[in-house]
Amino acid sequence: MTTSTLTSHRPRPPAQPATLRTRRLPRWVAPAIGVAALLIAAAVVYGAGIGGPVLVVVLGALLYLAGLFAAANAVEGRRSARNRTWSALIHSAFVLAVLPLASVVWTLVSKGAERLDGNFFGTSMNNIGARDANGGAYHAIIGTLEQVGIATLITVPLGLLCAIYVVEYGRGRFAFAIRFFVDVMTGIPSIVTGLFVLAFWVLVVSPVFNDGRPGFSGFAAALALSVLMLPTVVRSTEEMLRLVPAPLREGAYALGVPKWKTILRVVLPTALPGIVTGVMLAIARAAGETAPVLLVAGGGAAINFNPFENNQSSLALFVYQQAGDASKYAPARAWTAALTLVALVLVLTIAAKLLARRNRLGR
Amino acid sequence: MAKRIDASNVTAYYGAFKAIEDINLTVEPKTVTALIGPSGCGKSTFLRSINRMHEVLPGARVEGSLTIDGQDIYDRDVDVTAVRRMIGMVFQRPNPFPTMSIFDNVVAGLRLNGVKKKSVLAESAEKALRSANLWDEVKDRLGKPGAGLSGGQQQRLCIARTIAVEPQVVLMDEPCSALDPISTLAIEDLMFQLKDKFTIIIVTHNMQQAARVSDRTAFFSIEKTGDPGRLIEYDNTQKIFSNPSVKKTEDYITGRFG
Amino acid sequence: MGETPHRSADAGTGGHTVTSSHQWPAGASARVAETPVSGRTPGGDGLGGGGGLPRRQAFGTERAFRGLTLAAGALVLVIIVAIAAFLIAKAVPALQANSESFWTYEGWFPNDNPPKFGIAALAFGTVLTAALALLMAVPVALGIALFLSHYAPRRLGNALGFLIDLLAAVPSVVFGLWGRDYLVGPVTDLSVWLNTYFGWIPIFGGDGPYGNSILLGSLVLAIMALPIITSLTREVFLQTPTANEEAALALGATRWEMIRTAVLPYGRPGVIAAVMLGLGRALGETIALALTLGSTYAISFNILESGGNTIAANIANRFAEANDTGRGALIASGLVLFAITLLVNIAARAIIYRRREFTESAA
Repeated sequence: MTTSTLTSHRPRPPAQPATLRTRRLPRWVAPAIGVAALLIAAAVVYGAGIGGPVLVVVLGALLYLAGLFAAANAVEGRRSARNRTWSALIHSAFVLAVLPLASVVWTLVSKGAERLDGNFFGTSMNNIGARDANGGAYHAIIGTLEQVGIATLITVPLGLLCAIYVVEYGRGRFAFAIRFFVDVMTGIPSIVTGLFVLAFWVLVVSPVFNDGRPGFSGFAAALALSVLMLPTVVRSTEEMLRLVPAPLREGAYALGVPKWKTILRVVLPTALPGIVTGVMLAIARAAGETAPVLLVAGGGAAINFNPFENNQSSLALFVYQQAGDASKYAPARAWTAALTLVALVLVLTIAAKLLARRNRLGR
Repeated sequence: MAKRIDASNVTAYYGAFKAIEDINLTVEPKTVTALIGPSGCGKSTFLRSINRMHEVLPGARVEGSLTIDGQDIYDRDVDVTAVRRMIGMVFQRPNPFPTMSIFDNVVAGLRLNGVKKKSVLAESAEKALRSANLWDEVKDRLGKPGAGLSGGQQQRLCIARTIAVEPQVVLMDEPCSALDPISTLAIEDLMFQLKDKFTIIIVTHNMQQAARVSDRTAFFSIEKTGDPGRLIEYDNTQKIFSNPSVKKTEDYITGRFG
Repeated sequence: MGETPHRSADAGTGGHTVTSSHQWPAGASARVAETPVSGRTPGGDGLGGGGGLPRRQAFGTERAFRGLTLAAGALVLVIIVAIAAFLIAKAVPALQANSESFWTYEGWFPNDNPPKFGIAALAFGTVLTAALALLMAVPVALGIALFLSHYAPRRLGNALGFLIDLLAAVPSVVFGLWGRDYLVGPVTDLSVWLNTYFGWIPIFGGDGPYGNSILLGSLVLAIMALPIITSLTREVFLQTPTANEEAALALGATRWEMIRTAVLPYGRPGVIAAVMLGLGRALGETIALALTLGSTYAISFNILESGGNTIAANIANRFAEANDTGRGALIASGLVLFAITLLVNIAARAIIYRRREFTESAA
């Protein structure tokens, strides 16, 4: 390194502004362009008679973006123009998305409140005809709770053990293959897990206990849901286990505690809040699944407490069935069931997020 | 190339918290100025307010006047990006862009400024890397990820990235605090060479480093936690370290406080 | 004691004991009992030299526990294989009975004698709706995610981000119900408008009726996938190291340039993962499409006319009436869906893993 290289720079630095001051667009320009764009759009749309207010807004937004870019490009330069245009685009993406999502939420609450009564939560659809205004989702709620509960009982131990293997014991290709396929499994559509349980449990295994008849049941739905939940639980547990600081394990090993005991007594309890969060999110997702339940639990209008025998419904399936029902009272039932389902899912999700937040603070 | 910085009555806030108060100081062109002082005394805040990086944090603002060769940095008509191009910054931890190669890191600033020609980029990259004393170590692997270098090399890569846009002033926020002694030495050597071209302001916790590299030293301090940091003494480095005129400076230099 | 950290670091990460696990029962108590030096020998030679008594004591439980976790891990592979195996086993008889070509026939009459059914139109519809949905959802989702992470004031961004997380948990059946009841009207109007002014473009052609079309289905899918993709990508963008963002700003980048230099490249693997997850959901989505599509069996690029069908929606719609061959036919179509999602997933994972290796070696 010699000073000669330092002094050999080109006379004009490539990136240096001569002055810090730049010409800036006055503040009134952006709103002015907006107003002008809307006016032009309105004139074009109504003048040519090609549409209504929605088209005016859309066309106005496009004109605004173009106008803003042109103005900024002329006054402030290309970089600033790009910055402004992207900023406007990003803001408008947000506005664009709020409309449908807000509509979904609003419809859900306003329509769902219609049948929010004791009858809805206290009765089933048994003997409810097309002209009956009442009828409820009691049987579906029971179905959802039982199916999700059983699925959780199956998934949690399996998922924890699998994650422990991947994090604590697994090495080499086999562990990599398991991680890879857990990732792949997250992408399996729910309807495929439903078909799998249909082909495996309902049509092949369960007829053995069932006098050769296919055994549609809540338990079969629980099996399908656990195939769906397993990868989620494994992944979140895996991440949590990796977050447990090594010194904690080392402390236990130094005391002469065997590895399995260290895992069960030290590592798992430390990671527990995070694991519970992951499990709750998995439950929330499983509770909202319709397709597997439709295929393997069969649905049904009557209350059935026994998940191992005969058809069972679930809230999500109830929504779907009511949506397809011709009765003029069905839509109200569908929306109220949807609201109930969303409430259940959101309670789980919010609890999980709060738990995760507290956990994060604790770390 | 190098420019002079004048601060008068600079006060900086984080929301309601006043971090520094009434800083007055002039930095001469082509010198190395060291900012020293105990933790939390606001020296980094002052440094970050010079290239308007302070205001990046939510709720942060600056009062008073900061000028570079007489131009007000905080003037309403001033383009922030122009300020930052003119006043480059090297951070405490080496922060090369993790997804970019060594070459792409060095020319990132030039690309932002619309330099597209391959030959110009290659020439500038080589020059900057040579200036940062890194060329010989990386010339054979310019296409490799910049984050694959050692800590000291990464920091020199960041210096190269900063000087590639040929700023007038280079701010360094404890550039060696995350580095080993050998890398630190390499960067200190580099500062000696760079001051031929740039005005350098460096924040450091290491008083030997301040004494070794700087021409002028500014000592910042606070009364107690929660108070704003103030400039206690600003003088030639030699004077500060041999015969400070304020008792508090002497206490800090000799290790009796801070 | 100087060696202790090294040894326990090995133990804490699972160390070398795993690959050699068959020979070495390797109770951690045995390892702790050893001299510090032995813990660092890679092959595990030192382990056998440890105290005999603690090793024997730990033999049973440690090995049993490891075996249990291994079994749970292996179960993932078993499930994936079993899904393929059972679906194939149930599909083959139906495929053999099929009197038309499964790959090219456009229709679905598996209950007839002889049975006729083909996957072509369904697979085409599945890919078309999913692709259209992502085409609409991904740019908007990225925009919102950037808005929430880098443009909105931090508090507002966090609050809205939490809302988006909740919307991502809303079951798809709710979106389907909303689409069927409330989006049909606007989409029909839009279809008429598009047909009037852009009818010369083949995808907007046709004579109606409009409404339950591919456009409606993919819009519902897009709105459903929007919160999911947004929620994931927001998380990714928030994880961009502040140091890199500041580095870009300190080079004189505008906000958009900072995003392009620091945020987007850093988040690319995460964004790809999020989009692929969204694609997986869209390909496998059942109920929302069963409620909104017109259920026809023809390959057509026309997205306005009532019609369109997907594999999953077809399964949900035709399952109730299916006889043995009908079920087999549906299972065969599920197998195709499984293969499509598997391919998409494996491709996505391969991309992510390769990129992750690059960034990890770089980090």
